[in-house]
Order: sequence, then C-alpha cells, then structure tokens
Amino acid sequence: MIHYATRRLLLAIPTLLVMLTAIFVLVRLVPGDPAAVILGDQASEASLKILRAKLGLDQPIGVQYVAFMHDVFTGHLGQSLSSGRPVIQEVLLVLPSTIELTLAAIIIGLLLGLPLGVVAAVKRNRWPDYASRIVSLFGLSFPAFVSGILLLIVFAVELGWLPVLGSGDGGGLAGRLRSLALPSVNLGLIMMAYVARITRSSMLGVLGEDYIRTARAKGVRPPRLIMRHALRNALIPIITVVGLYFGTLVGNSVLTEIIFNRPGLGKLILGALNARDYTLLQGLMIMFAICVILVNILTDLAYGLVDPRVKYR
Amino acid sequence: MDQVVTARAPAVDLREPALDIRGLRTEFRIGGRWHAAVRDVSLTLHANETLAIVGESGSGKSVTALSVLRLLPGAGARIGAGAVIFAGRDLMRLSEAEMSDVRGNAIAMIFQEPMTSLNPTMTIGDQIAEAIVVHRGAAWAFARAQALRLLDEVKIPSAATRLDDYPHQFSGGMRQRVMIAMALACRPQVLLADEPTTALDVTIQAQVLRQLAELKRAYGMAMLFITHNLGVVAQIADRVAVMYAGAIVEVASVADLFARPMHPYTAALLRAMPRVDRYAKGLEPIPGGVPALTAMPSGCAYAPRCPLKQPGCTAHHPDLLRFRDGHHVRCPVVLPGAGQ
Amino acid sequence: MTAAAPTAATRPTRIWDTFSRNRLSWIGLALIALIVLTAIAAALIAPYDPLEQDIVARLEPPSAEHWLGTDTYGRDVLSRMIYAARISIVVGFVATMIAMTIGSAIGILCGYVGGLFDQFMMGLLDVMLAFPTLLLGLMIAAMLGASLENLIIAIAITEIAPFARIARAPTITLKQLDFVEAGRALGFGPVRIMGVHILPNMISDVVVMGSLWMASAIRTEAALSFIGLGVPPPTATWGSMIREGFDNILDAWWLAVFPSLAILATVLALNLLGDALRDAADPKLRAE
Repeated sequence: MIHYATRRLLLAIPTLLVMLTAIFVLVRLVPGDPAAVILGDQASEASLKILRAKLGLDQPIGVQYVAFMHDVFTGHLGQSLSSGRPVIQEVLLVLPSTIELTLAAIIIGLLLGLPLGVVAAVKRNRWPDYASRIVSLFGLSFPAFVSGILLLIVFAVELGWLPVLGSGDGGGLAGRLRSLALPSVNLGLIMMAYVARITRSSMLGVLGEDYIRTARAKGVRPPRLIMRHALRNALIPIITVVGLYFGTLVGNSVLTEIIFNRPGLGKLILGALNARDYTLLQGLMIMFAICVILVNILTDLAYGLVDPRVKYR
Repeated sequence: MDQVVTARAPAVDLREPALDIRGLRTEFRIGGRWHAAVRDVSLTLHANETLAIVGESGSGKSVTALSVLRLLPGAGARIGAGAVIFAGRDLMRLSEAEMSDVRGNAIAMIFQEPMTSLNPTMTIGDQIAEAIVVHRGAAWAFARAQALRLLDEVKIPSAATRLDDYPHQFSGGMRQRVMIAMALACRPQVLLADEPTTALDVTIQAQVLRQLAELKRAYGMAMLFITHNLGVVAQIADRVAVMYAGAIVEVASVADLFARPMHPYTAALLRAMPRVDRYAKGLEPIPGGVPALTAMPSGCAYAPRCPLKQPGCTAHHPDLLRFRDGHHVRCPVVLPGAGQ
Repeated sequence: MTAAAPTAATRPTRIWDTFSRNRLSWIGLALIALIVLTAIAAALIAPYDPLEQDIVARLEPPSAEHWLGTDTYGRDVLSRMIYAARISIVVGFVATMIAMTIGSAIGILCGYVGGLFDQFMMGLLDVMLAFPTLLLGLMIAAMLGASLENLIIAIAITEIAPFARIARAPTITLKQLDFVEAGRALGFGPVRIMGVHILPNMISDVVVMGSLWMASAIRTEAALSFIGLGVPPPTATWGSMIREGFDNILDAWWLAVFPSLAILATVLALNLLGDALRDAADPKLRAE
C-alpha cells in the first residue's frame, strides 16, 4: 500500500506542472492591464511603466513563466491587488469557514445518499426505489442557489427556526451549528442526490454478479450479503463519482456562500472577479488546482483501500 | 474410511434418497408471460451416488440445480410447481430464512465460472471461513483454521501463505478448488456441481474431476453433476439423466446409457461425440436447434429434429416410462406405450 | 473481425422503441414541449408587458389581477416569467448546440489522429474538465462582459470539453473496425471517413448527452444571471428575478419562489428526458 501511495504521489507532480502552466496561460489571456487596475484610470503613463517593471510584466514571457513557477514553489503567491494583503493570508482567513461547510456537506451527502441508493437497489422497482429516484432527480435538478433560497424562505423567513444571515460568531458552538445548518443541508442534499444515484446504479450492477450468487448459495443472509459482499464491491464507481463531484461541490458552495452570506472562498472569488484582482484570482486558481490534485490522490488511495486488485498492479 | 480407490464408487445406497425432486416446474417471464424452462422434472439422487444431468445449453439443467436451492434470479423467474424433498422436508415450502440455513450447509453448490464466482474484495481464507462462521456460529479464528485445513485437502500448495490472498492471485483451476473447499466447509450431504470444469483447461479439468470424486467419497456426499460433456459423464457419474428442452428424456446408469442409448436424442449425442476408441468417418452434428422457451411445440419437443419421428409424436407429450430397472425413456416410438 | 458498418438507421429506431415505452420520458417530453411553446407564444400568453412598470402596484402578493404578484417596479411576475423562458431556452439550446458541434469535432479529430496531438489536447481538456462548470463560466463571463451573446459563448465554452470526451472514446473504438480500414483502402480521405462513417455511429451517444447538458446549461445560465453576469436588466431572466427575490426575501417571497419553480420544472424535464434517452441507448443493449 505504501508503495502504491508513493507511486501515486509521484505521478501527481507532472499533472501539477501542467495545471500550473495552464493557469499561467489563462491568467495572461485576460484582457486588461493589471498595472492600470492597481493605479486606476488617472495614472500617468510613466507610473504605469514603473509599476509594470516592478511586477515583472515587461519581461519576455519565458522569463515571466520561470519566475511564476519559482514563486509558486516557494510559496509566494503575490499580493491581492484590491486589499494589498498577501494572497495566502486572504485565503487562510476564509479557508476554515469553507472547509467547515464542505465537510459538513460531504458528511450529510454520504450519510444520506449511500443508504438511499442501497435501499433503492435492493428494493428495485418497488416504492422505496421510486421514492429514492424521485428524490435524486429533484436534488439533481435544483440549482444550488434555488434550493438555498427556498430553504432560506421556508426555514428562516417563514418559520424563523434558523438565522437568516451570517456565520454565527456569537452563541458559541450552538450558534455556529445553527448557522451552519441550512447551508450545509443545502449542499448536502444536492450531493445526496448524486451519491444516491450512483450508489443505486452501482449496486444494481454488483447484485447481478456471479459472486453474489455464490455467497447466497453459501447461505449468507441478506444483511451481510448487502453490506459485506455487494456494497464493498459497489464502492469503486461510487468513489470515482464522489471524486469527480468535488468540482461541482466547489461551484455549489460558491452559490451557497452568497445566499447564506457566509465568508468563504466563494465570496473571495466573486470579489476578485469584480475588482479585476488578477493576483488574487491567480492565487485562488493555483489553490484550486492543488485541491483538485489532492482530491484525485485521495480518490486513488481510497480505491487502494477498497479494491485489492489495485494495490498489486 | 480405508477403501481402495477405484474408478467406480462403492455400492450406491438405494434405500434412502438424499434428494428427491418431484414434478419440478420452473418458469421465466419473457415478454410479459410465463414460460417453463424446466417442465415436470422428477429425479432421485441417492446417498453416495453421482447423478449427472446432461444436455445442451438451454436444456434447463442449470436451472434445475438452481431451483433446488431456490437461487433463481429475482423477479423474472419463479418455481411454478413441484416439490424437492430433502431430509424429510419439502424445500419449496421452507421460509427464506430456513432455506438460508440449508444452503452451504446441508446442500452446497459450486458454479461454472471460477473467475467471476469469487468475491474480488475478500481474501479466499475469509470466503471459506465465512461459511463456517455463518452456519456454525464459530469465531473467525477457528473458522480460518478450518479454512486452512480445507485448502490443504483440495491440495492448494503453500496453503498457509495463500490464506490471505485474493482471488485474482489464483489461476482458474486453483480458484475452482477454492470454490470446492468453500462448498465442503460445512460437510454437506449433497453437492450440486453446475459445470464446474467447463471453463477450465482440459488438463486441469481432469485434476479437478479426480479431486471431486475423491472428496465426494471421503465426505460421503451425494453429487448432482451438471455438464454438457458426455466424456466427463463417463469419468465421474454413476447414473445419468439426459435433458432436452426442459424435460428429462432418458435416465439410466452410465454403463447402460453408453452401451444401449434408447432415446433418439441420446443416441445422436453419442454419435456426435468424438471417440478415441472407435473409428468414425466424421462427426455427426444434430440438425436443427433447440426450440425457444416461448415457442415450445406441443407434443414431443424433440420431434422436429428426430429421425424416428412419427405422426403421433407432435400430437401428445410423451411420458417417461420404464424400460428396465433403473432405465427410463420418454419416447413412444422406441418404447411403445409412452405416448397416450 | 469483419463488421458491416452499423448503419445509422438501426440504432435510433431501437432507442426510440425503448424510449417510448418509458412513462417518465413522456412526462419529460410533454413538460419541455409545454415550456418551449410558452416561450414561443410568449407574446400571446403573457397578460402584461414584461417591462411595463406600475409604481403604485409595487411588491404586491399574488392576486386576481397579478396571478403571481408584482416585483419592485410593479411589473407583473407571471409575464416576466413567461418572457424569461425565452432567454433560458435559447441560451441553453444554442450554447449546447455550439458546444456539441465544436466539442464533437474536436473529440473525433483527437480520437482519429491520435498520437502527440491527442495527448496534448487531452491534457488541455482535462484541465478544463477539472474546473467546475460554474466557476469556469463565471470567469469567462466576467472577462467578456454581461450580454446575451457573451453568456452563450461562456456556457458553450464550459461544455466543449465534456462533448469532446464523449466523442473521442467511440472514435477510438470505431476507427479500429474493419469498415474504416476498408474505407481507407478505397482511398477515402480522413474527412470523409470521419464525417460519413464515424460520426453517424456515435451520434446517439452525443445527442443523449446533449439533453442532459442542456439542463446543465440552463442551470448555469440561471446561476450566472443570479450573480449578475447574465443578460443585463431590464430584460427578464429567471436568474435575475430570483436575485431580486433574494434581495427582498423578507418581504416578498413570491418573487423568488415562482421563477425558482420555473427553473426547476425546466431542468427536471430535461433531466427526465436525458435519463430516459440514456437508458434507452444503454450500452448493455448494444451488440458491441
């Protein structure tokens, strides 16, 4: 397993390099002059030139590229153009909030989605299956902000159970949980829909396999049959989909953070876009790329845990 | 038991059938209607004997075995009629929980495809031990020790180190032996073997067959052996039942069947088989094909392809009648009085 | 293995058979037809002019005169919703069509040519695929500026990579089949082989995904409009209407709820359709 893990980590390096290059290219493609953004419309041509030289923008593109790579690997992601603070600092300020939300959403998504999918597969074409599929369909069809707003209206505005705004600095743990509730449920329910769907289809595939019949012929009862024999083997495609879902999750949490007015990477991205804050945008994209690679590695490691055939390749 | 290992099994115990299948009818739902894949099959399996069921694909032989243990796939299949008497009880009347107790315990089954019939994410040691844990309530440690003993019995080399290996680390022949070990874990009285050697190389096939025969003797089991290969039948079986289109057309001892096949289908099967001991001009395939489940002719199902066909054959479905002791045939032409 | 060229005729008819038997597909189809008809006949159906303001009747809850209420400028919500359907359907359809065409072309090209070109393009596409659709669309729309055309372009760009992926895989399988070899032996140029022989055999796959991606496109369009990067006001779009509803969430729940239901219905219908199509075209039914 260690062997497999190291191999996987090593493979990630070229991927990282490609992604960083792509980010470098993309950011340079954005129209507009960063120097003009920083100094404003009224700045003189001379000061613009000085700033451009300072930012290294007047160097040939190859030199810029090398400088960029060097900066990334030494942790200098630059300074935010709008706030002046280092990008890393900006990100670290809001990161805990985003991680909190994402973890809560993943827990809800998996805890609800897996059983839902298993039940749907085992009771195929009977009412639990239909109910589960309808729930999944709705979950997939709601855009995250729509479901967020509807949740907000029902639970916060009309019923007043939960706070409408903020991330609950007051009220200690209970307060934090209360303000975490709606947004994480919003994200979690959508994830539940995806998970339930792939779980159902994966389980259906596995339940038709020969080794399930062998286990039945051995006298293994349904509970153990489903959990130990079927689900364990069905996990492989499920893990794939959950890994791929990460991207969608990020997109949805941006919307959720807006709706529920939570600080987080989502609002940071929006702010950066509005203010044309290139360095912040670049820094965020780099962070995102690293996250994607991390998620891919975690997914592959998870395969290694679940499927013995993977480890011994 | 110290006995001389001979090519033929010791005397078969004819008094108590180990398994008594009576009038079994298994149906599949095709295009919204139920069609019979197994029609009125009655077989008696005696203790210590090996009864082979022989037939082409689609003859219903596998379905018969699956029906005994009620392992038919989900909603599209059902047992329409019949009884299966085992240890004084009708298996068809048991609850699913009681049936689970029987499976892998008193009656075990091994399957055709060793590649796909083992759980890829479970060590083979655990898979064998599982049967013991489930049925004897044993602790896993004890069960695994038993699994080790069983692996030795089926002659897996270096069994101790291989206990924690996964199925994909074994070859086809070894996997089949693992399956056999799994089936024997709880010392069943009856073993259902559904073409266990069909997917294996010929040389491995011979080894596995030999091993099965020895283990069967050592454990004192009755075995229902399903195959399409008459050569295998000659090697391993005491009695044979020939199935065609869901019905048994002939039952006899192996010696009788090979010496004097009565039913035209049986005769054709024997002619179609390549023989080393006889000169033959060529292989004779049987013209035509097995009728589809949905298009089963009334009267004798083999009639369309039968060289002995008479006008009355397509009118009535013939009965299985006794020709001699232990030899039954379903053909009014060969055995007059079988038709109505 | 000699395979006769699987004709374009056999697969679509079989797909239709399975599709038409599924009840859910008819619901999806009917719903979408309803929405499209509403969009087309907007001028006939809408009770009011969507841009007509009535300051006196601001923020009124649903009533006999305004079935779904009025917004902050006194405009009839129902009429605005009906007209907004046009935007969503047009953007969703056009963007997906563009992405389908360009993406499939890229995919077929990559699959057919192979080699270094393929590897390079796939690397690029993988990076694009790794990005969440929303974020990518967000960045492109922000770069280009808010307008109908830019919105379509932005969404189309986000969908190119998935379509390229979908078109590439069957191309690789198909190009190894004998009938392609035969075509090459007969001197058919690559364009002809790709267009006439490879394309028709994967069209059902692509079309199936088209429906599901159109659902996604409408979702993205709504999200971008919500954020403010869609078609600029005063044009009615479901997303911007919901934004307005969000800003007035404490006073006027109807502003957010009804357009939300509209989006839900549309996306749901397309998902139902797409699912039914995908089940009907299930590879397990194919002879491959």
